[in-house]
Amino acid sequence: MEYKNLKKRVRVNELFINIILFVSSITSILITLGIVFELGKESILFFKSGVSILKFFTSTEWQPAIGNFGILPLLNSTLITSLIAMLISVPFGLFAAIYLSEYASDKVRSIVKPVLEILAGIPTIVYGFFALTFITPVLQKVFGEDIVEIYNMASAGIAMGILIIPLITTMSEDALKSVPKSLREGAYGLGATKFETSTKIVFPAAISGIAAAVIIGLSRAVGETMIVALAAGSGPNFTFNPFRAAETMTGYMVRISGGDVGYDTFDYNSIFVIGLLLFIVTLGLNILSRHIIKKFREVYD
Amino acid sequence: MITLNKDHINNIKTRNFKGKIWYIVFISSAVISIVFLSILILSIINNTFGIIILGLKYNPETVSPGKPLIKNSRDELIKLLNDYSGIDDDFTPAMLKTLNNEKDLSLRTEKDLYMIFFNNVLQPEIIRTFSLLESVFNKNIIIEEYNLNKDSYPILRMEFKSWLNPGLFINTQSSHPLLSGIRTAFFGTLWMVFLTVLLAMPLGISAAIYLELYAKDNMLNRLIQVNIYNLAGVPSIIFGLLGLAVFVRMLEPVTSGQFLRFLFKSGEQTTLNGRTIISAGLTLAIMVLPIIIINTQEAIRAVPSTLIDSSYGLGATKWQTIWHHILPYSFDRILTGTILAVSRAIGETAPLVVVGASTFIVFDPVSIFSKFTVLPIQIYQWTARPQAEFRNLAASAIVVLLILLLTLNLTAIILRERTVKKRV
Repeated sequence: MEYKNLKKRVRVNELFINIILFVSSITSILITLGIVFELGKESILFFKSGVSILKFFTSTEWQPAIGNFGILPLLNSTLITSLIAMLISVPFGLFAAIYLSEYASDKVRSIVKPVLEILAGIPTIVYGFFALTFITPVLQKVFGEDIVEIYNMASAGIAMGILIIPLITTMSEDALKSVPKSLREGAYGLGATKFETSTKIVFPAAISGIAAAVIIGLSRAVGETMIVALAAGSGPNFTFNPFRAAETMTGYMVRISGGDVGYDTFDYNSIFVIGLLLFIVTLGLNILSRHIIKKFREVYD
Repeated sequence: MITLNKDHINNIKTRNFKGKIWYIVFISSAVISIVFLSILILSIINNTFGIIILGLKYNPETVSPGKPLIKNSRDELIKLLNDYSGIDDDFTPAMLKTLNNEKDLSLRTEKDLYMIFFNNVLQPEIIRTFSLLESVFNKNIIIEEYNLNKDSYPILRMEFKSWLNPGLFINTQSSHPLLSGIRTAFFGTLWMVFLTVLLAMPLGISAAIYLELYAKDNMLNRLIQVNIYNLAGVPSIIFGLLGLAVFVRMLEPVTSGQFLRFLFKSGEQTTLNGRTIISAGLTLAIMVLPIIIINTQEAIRAVPSTLIDSSYGLGATKWQTIWHHILPYSFDRILTGTILAVSRAIGETAPLVVVGASTFIVFDPVSIFSKFTVLPIQIYQWTARPQAEFRNLAASAIVVLLILLLTLNLTAIILRERTVKKRV
């Protein structure tokens, strides 16, 4: 008997398929490289054309027409809108998650969770419309029309907060749910009330997942575009007053690229510089959240 | 032995009280979150219907007795145009002649003639629109507004209008809100989604198969995996920038369709730059690719190893196992994941603004090299306009978009339920 034929044979077809599949998965690396390369290239062109990096990060005025390129007004309003969004979404999202995970019956949860998931899929442009046509008029009624401008950071921030609530709720609820039952039973056994168990035992045990959810939410807020483009106003404005109009980084990118912008102009290059900054910030936040999950996750058996 | 003294008992009371208070906080947070989101939906419906006050120069019913004006034939419309030219200074016979010289009236479409009549003779002007709530509860203000304008217009009408109407789907963009619709945007969305799925689905599934079933645990493959997770978190506008730099600018000869120019009739629909449907489709395909890969990986991971092992045990090769067992088994889940990715693409606005969706086009897209606009872009442009009536249009377009997305999501949920049932 010869066993030579039983040796592992190279199948050309399979090898071919293997290569196709490998190339497909390499595409994702190419996309990242493409992003880094294009954003980097245009940014270098931007700074080469005479904008000093120091001034870019410290000047509080953004007036491309007279050569004033200071990112601070755009960065400032991005931070303020994101902060407002987090002030709304973190408490509401977290408390709702605690309710769903610790208190709600299975029936309630089975209804509320899919509803939240569908609502999380509503396009952000709809929230932008909502901010402009509902939240702003309400704010104007509450605080007075002369205090609240038609375009303002507060309404954009609130709409973003509402947008992020489902994200934080579902992610935190998953984290809370994955805390083993034995921990809760141990706490009850020692005489803790339900509230004490939820906040002093379950919540700390799930803190890594919750922190990750909050960071992902923040990254969503920083990168969110259409809500701020519609509701926060156009034109950079260095102000800390949330009721005033101020353009964010993403809002600026939409406004500039919305009009047909010529290639290799200051405007064209500037949206790539801001894009690069945005990319770095959101990438940093995403990596941080994954790191937190990995590093601080308590593993219970 | 522990004895409970008074302090302990008091303590328990306050602890329980604290617990009760916080329970109320927790449940009201959940309720308020859902209330927020319900208000969002209701405010859109509130803007979709309502009373409008409309000023007209002539009454359409007396102009065309018996049937709606738009139902008239071409000859009847031309006759009407001739009849009404010269009645007042706004529309003189000379103007009609100029129009006739531009393009012979008898060669124009009925719709074109109707629009000429509409804009020049009837001259309807929306004086004010009211939301549904205002229409129901603030009748006095509406009547006041009506009386205020009574003398400024020959004919003043107060009618209840549903902005969500068949005309919305028939009409293209227009500067007049009563003639505006989402037709171009709707077709643009369909073309773009078709392209996105066509490009992203095969690529995403292949990449997921590689990562789940072929990739060895080495540096490169770990890098690919981490990279995919990170890409899924990149803001969509960044993908727009990539699309602008690569597809619109660098690959312009391809994405503008110039390399195939001899195949197409040159028309107003095609462009000379790369701001085309294919660029938009490619950009969104890149954007949803990580989502499809991650979802497909999860679907493949859910295939029981017994199934895979028995396939190998019977002598099937790796690819035979994948093609005949793993893919069919996980197909429902893959499809569900893809549908969710597609609904993300349908609602996406920012990258398409950057890639260069057209601000004003009235032609349906005819090929992948056509200029385009999509539903969210249309909503964005209408919302950004200062006139309230365009906000009403935006609201009705949002309703269409949401119904589209809801249908897709329900399909995904039903598919998921069916899979669960089949397996159990």
